[in-house]
Amino acid sequence: MAKAHVTSHEPDFWNVQTEHKGIWAWLLTKDHKRIGIMYLYAIVSFFFVGAIFGVLMRLELIAPGKTIMEPQTYNSLFTLHGIIMIFLFVIPAMPAVFGNFFLPIQIGAKDVFFPRLNLLSWYLYIIGGLLAITSLFLPGGPVDTGWTFYIPYSIRTTTNVIPALTAAFILGFSSILTGLNFITTIHRMRAPGMDWFRMPLFPWSLYATGWVQILATPIIGITLLLVMIERVFQVGIFDPSLGGDPVLYQHLFWTYSHPAVYIIILPAMGIISEIIPVFARKTIFGYKFIAYSSLAIAFFGSLVWGHHMFTAGMSTTAMFIFSFLTFLVSIPSAIKVFNWVATLYKGSIALEAPLLYALAFIIQFSIGGFTGLMIGALSIDIHLQDTSFIVAHFHYVMFGGAGFGFFAAMHYWFPKMFGRMYNKKTAIVAWAHVTIGFNLTYFPMFIMGYLGMPRRYYDYLPQFQPYHIASTIGSWILFAGLVMMIVNLIRGMRSGEKAGMDPWGGTTLEWTVDTPPPLENFETIPTVTTGPYDYSRYEIAAKEAQ
Amino acid sequence: MSGQWETQSVHLHRDDAGSRMGMWLFLFTELILFGGLFIVYAVYRYAHQAEFHLAAQELHSTIGFINTIILLTSSMTMAMSITALQKGNKALSMALVSATLILAGAFLVNKFFEWAGKFANGIYPGSPELMNRPQGEVLYFGLYFVMTGLHALHVVIGMALLAVNLSFIKRNVYTGENTVKLETAGLYWHLVDLIWIFLFPLFYLLH
Repeated sequence: MAKAHVTSHEPDFWNVQTEHKGIWAWLLTKDHKRIGIMYLYAIVSFFFVGAIFGVLMRLELIAPGKTIMEPQTYNSLFTLHGIIMIFLFVIPAMPAVFGNFFLPIQIGAKDVFFPRLNLLSWYLYIIGGLLAITSLFLPGGPVDTGWTFYIPYSIRTTTNVIPALTAAFILGFSSILTGLNFITTIHRMRAPGMDWFRMPLFPWSLYATGWVQILATPIIGITLLLVMIERVFQVGIFDPSLGGDPVLYQHLFWTYSHPAVYIIILPAMGIISEIIPVFARKTIFGYKFIAYSSLAIAFFGSLVWGHHMFTAGMSTTAMFIFSFLTFLVSIPSAIKVFNWVATLYKGSIALEAPLLYALAFIIQFSIGGFTGLMIGALSIDIHLQDTSFIVAHFHYVMFGGAGFGFFAAMHYWFPKMFGRMYNKKTAIVAWAHVTIGFNLTYFPMFIMGYLGMPRRYYDYLPQFQPYHIASTIGSWILFAGLVMMIVNLIRGMRSGEKAGMDPWGGTTLEWTVDTPPPLENFETIPTVTTGPYDYSRYEIAAKEAQ
Repeated sequence: MSGQWETQSVHLHRDDAGSRMGMWLFLFTELILFGGLFIVYAVYRYAHQAEFHLAAQELHSTIGFINTIILLTSSMTMAMSITALQKGNKALSMALVSATLILAGAFLVNKFFEWAGKFANGIYPGSPELMNRPQGEVLYFGLYFVMTGLHALHVVIGMALLAVNLSFIKRNVYTGENTVKLETAGLYWHLVDLIWIFLFPLFYLLH
């Protein structure tokens, strides 16, 4: 799409000299790429902390009764697993890492609009993350409320609720600033000729995400703040003994926390929309529908929070409306899935690691989506509410979907970010472990949840044990796969083969700049004349070959 | 081309419309932050109408009225300071920003005496006096302290912004048409004012 590249003699962003020396060249950087890399290291570290907590929980559940830990430890583990995975990994992961690194390049800009604010949001992220980890070791004990902080338990328990809430509050601020920055960047900094419908689909998804971040996050901010105030000052706003309404807390909590799952999944969908055309060598099918469906998901997704509360006490009318809207939100999601599959159809498919993760995403996200419709239906929800079916559904969307999207992006953009290639065979072996392990861990939860296994329970009836054993074994395979993946990537970073400018044959702007990109991305800002996924050259070649 | 590389000007480029847009987006988040509280207020007012009515009569609407006038005036001086700066009158602009700061301080002093009066009457969150009252009144005063407290915090943040801008003007950071930092600080200040415009009737006038 852009004109032929001229090799520059400028050092890449890893090696460029800036006004600060040593570690400060990173800690005080305003470069979106360095900030993206710093996010990557922090986010992957927190991810492994959360994953270890998850593996320990699964180990505890391999047999009924006590296996390796006390019930109180178990309660803290599932709470911290949730807080870390949601607030520290999956909400910031894709916008903060890949959005920061690639959004400006994909729209032909030299940086984000507010570079200093960008650095500030990284610091807020780190402060929030460290505070969450510190709360583990403070007197009072690790928080044990579940990541949802439901009232009234969260104002009664003596554990470290306030540090955990403060952490979530600060992380929310970081998320808002990232969203604000990206929206302004997309509005103001697109390269000449890059009109809205020449923009790649990853920026489109970040745009929709940014609006949800801005409009939904303040609600959780004020809600968590009110819980803190309630704990310290007894103002009565949520405390039922003073007249407060715990169900109101749930409404406010889910007013953010449901849209939050779209903050999580939308960028992943954007990443999948980038990867599929590249590895199918085909122009994406239904570009505008994918772009608009991101906005539609952001809009409808903000109106469905009540489906978390069907059994919490709500009028039947409200329940019907929330259920109906929940069904509606599946339409734009399905549009995306159909378009990805249609893009693959008759493509020239290269089964590389990024595409394999993307394919696993499509299947697992679809399973997560369909089971979401099941529990969005009022009658079935009564049966499945608060069982491990919910846990399975949630992990199929958040991990099988968003998590796999993150892994796909790591494998797709890795050569551009680090200038080297990982071992492709090991990457595929790791992918197989992660995918098999993931499904073995979470699919049994659908079955046992349907049979009545409650979620968050420390102990269970013996008839559920076979499923728990399968799930725990799955968690080992999954974790082994994750370790294999990360070791392979770290090795690739250090000693992998040098990567060229466009190792996958991508057509978006990031593949037209040096690998790794120089400090200012483009020597001259490109003028864009075509849409983002122009594979007509391959399509013409294919026709000629026939 | 190479000259362009050496400066990092790109990381500090200028686009006033974009800067204003960023501030507007931030103001949306502030509106929704308070929006959450307004929803909570609406829910509890609906549930405890009579008790809210009774409790509201204990607030001094005169103090609230004076504070409303103070904040509205401060918004005016804020807007005038921007115009003064745009017209190149640095001294007048600084005087007007200072006036805004003084008015903001006066607002907080008033607020302090108002809260202190409540405390002296034994009305503060968790106080024995309040705990003996019906739940609707507990909620009313709980919301009163939380909402006006959070608003006062925003006044303090706004004052910090204005103080920074005062030093910017003094150090000649603003040149020519480049006044966007003061303008965005002004936008923030007007939001602080606007939130008060809603708080005042909800707590003081709605008996």
